[in-house]
Amino acid sequence: MKIYVPMDSAAKALGADEVAAKLTQEIAARGLEAEIVRNGTRGMIWLEPLVEIEKDGERLAYGPISEDDVTALLDGQIDTLGKVEDIPFFARQTRLTFERCGVIDPLSLADYEAHGGLEGLKRAIGMSQDAIIDEVKTSGLRGRGGAGFPTGIKWDTVRLAHAPQKYIVCNADEGDSGTFADRMIMEGDPFTLIEGMTIAGLGCGATKGYVYTRSEYPDAVAVMQQAIEIARAAGVLGPNVLGCGRAFDMEVRVGAGAYVCGEETSLLNSLEGKRGVVRAKPPLPALEGFLGRPTVVNNVISLATVPVIFAKGAEHYANFGLGRSKGTMPIQIAGNVKFGGLFETAFGMPLGTLVNEVAGGTASGRPVKAVQVGGPLGAYLHTDQFDTPFGYEEFDGQKALIGHAGIVVFDDTADMLSMARFAMEFCAVESCGKCTPCRIGAVRGVETLDRIKEGDASAIPLLEDLCEVMTDGSLCALGGFTPYPVLSALRHFPEEFAPNTAQKEAAE
Amino acid sequence: MTPASSPQDDGAIAEIISAHAHLEGPLLPMLHALQEEFGVIPEAAHAPLCKALTITRAELKGVISFYHDFREKPAGKHVLKICRAEACQSMGGTALAERLLAKLGLDWHGTTPDGKVTVEPVYCLGLCACAPAAMLDEKLIARADDARVEKALSAKNIGVSA
Repeated sequence: MKIYVPMDSAAKALGADEVAAKLTQEIAARGLEAEIVRNGTRGMIWLEPLVEIEKDGERLAYGPISEDDVTALLDGQIDTLGKVEDIPFFARQTRLTFERCGVIDPLSLADYEAHGGLEGLKRAIGMSQDAIIDEVKTSGLRGRGGAGFPTGIKWDTVRLAHAPQKYIVCNADEGDSGTFADRMIMEGDPFTLIEGMTIAGLGCGATKGYVYTRSEYPDAVAVMQQAIEIARAAGVLGPNVLGCGRAFDMEVRVGAGAYVCGEETSLLNSLEGKRGVVRAKPPLPALEGFLGRPTVVNNVISLATVPVIFAKGAEHYANFGLGRSKGTMPIQIAGNVKFGGLFETAFGMPLGTLVNEVAGGTASGRPVKAVQVGGPLGAYLHTDQFDTPFGYEEFDGQKALIGHAGIVVFDDTADMLSMARFAMEFCAVESCGKCTPCRIGAVRGVETLDRIKEGDASAIPLLEDLCEVMTDGSLCALGGFTPYPVLSALRHFPEEFAPNTAQKEAAE
Repeated sequence: MTPASSPQDDGAIAEIISAHAHLEGPLLPMLHALQEEFGVIPEAAHAPLCKALTITRAELKGVISFYHDFREKPAGKHVLKICRAEACQSMGGTALAERLLAKLGLDWHGTTPDGKVTVEPVYCLGLCACAPAAMLDEKLIARADDARVEKALSAKNIGVSA
């Protein structure tokens, strides 16, 4: 008998370690022949800690299981949820990038290979650099960090650059509220990221990689570091990748609590040991990146998707999706929802379906008021916009963005003026300080919103004007996109910015 | 006047610097290791860091002060981080934070007079599907409410007034 208890940090934050400890104790006391496997999460966070018991070839799910449920669970007194694959939230997904996450032991390379791991890398080893890049281009993969830039074109720029040393940098600085896909894959299937980075290295002629992640993710850091050591010991990483005669190795670097370091040039400065200040572009990081050398900077999910593209073929991947948004997107459903978690699906599902059906509406049971998509720099969408299909261009058409595909649902108690103020406050706290529209604009934005709250209607056009300056004049997306949440809140919920309401609330 | 550092400290500092000197871009790993060892970035480390990396004191100060994580003054024995980001706000995180701060008699970044706990804001712990979230030292707390956080605090002998 095998018992799976996730070691994902969301599961741990809900008591998975205590459940595992109690299980170990009970198994010993009862003299059972059972092995506890600490897997990643299946992504259904409302069911965590989700325990799976594999017996006679069948793997059944139970959850949420608390420490106090363990005795009853082993006594067979707890009803099963059935197979994970049959739970509606899961059955409705198309799992490509996250196919193995939660299924395998994240730190077992044998388990990884038994579930299709390293097939992509083995295929890439037999291909020329040109063919590797063409495969990525054909797949239609676009940057999953938020900008949506075609991954193959970025790789090609690095491949064609002449330099004695090139780098693959994985942007794992997942700071957006409402997102946890990077963390989940690093904790649940770290070898897929290692494999994806190695393929990128072979394709671009880079021999060194860095995963730059967050100090707020101590579990992900630990799992990634262990996985890299295991991969190195097995010859997946090192001077002779799987015996192909070419080298690739990598290490993990940890940031120090600066949101702006998720911006690629700021990340590179931080990696070099400097202040995480944004660099002006050009030069592109692809030509002058880490230490001034050609560097691919890709998001975790972009790189973790590369192995499946090579294992199953670019066409297979490109067959999913909508228009220019090809493949699947791991959508992270968060905030005030009944069923929160990771939902990987082909692009194109309408936002309303995601919120009302997949997420099951709000946890509070109150009506949905607004949905923020794409992190703290993403727009607040109104329920009137729920027909919008989930895709890069489709959201752009709504003056919104999908970003790293986190969706945060708010019920009708949300105060949209406060949310707009928070967006400006966050920008002021996290601004790197290099450009004036962001550094000063965010502070003025907080003050202007305070004036609106006090009933000064003349401050509304001032706020719009300020947002225009920030959008057009900021060096990076922090200052440039902060107007998305601010203006969308103003546009869709004007009554909350109107002098009479604002005054009334201020007087209360 | 800064207190003179002990020879043991100087030895530990030199060891940390040399252990990371071979890395590309070694400053952040060095600062993390120093803070892990000392709880702060000790001033005694400034001169050796500058010398090892051929950077100026101003550059070093610039880096230390840029990042929220690095401390020049010690925090309390334990650090409670409460998420302020949007997903946690949607589940009542703001009110939770305000109540906890009031009970501890602190403002953000404050430390209790007995030095037991410092409370800091954090912007996202990646627990957005089980919000609100908090972290006491390295222990994560999801679906945080007063009872769950206070239980974690009292396990560390940190008293909370009602």
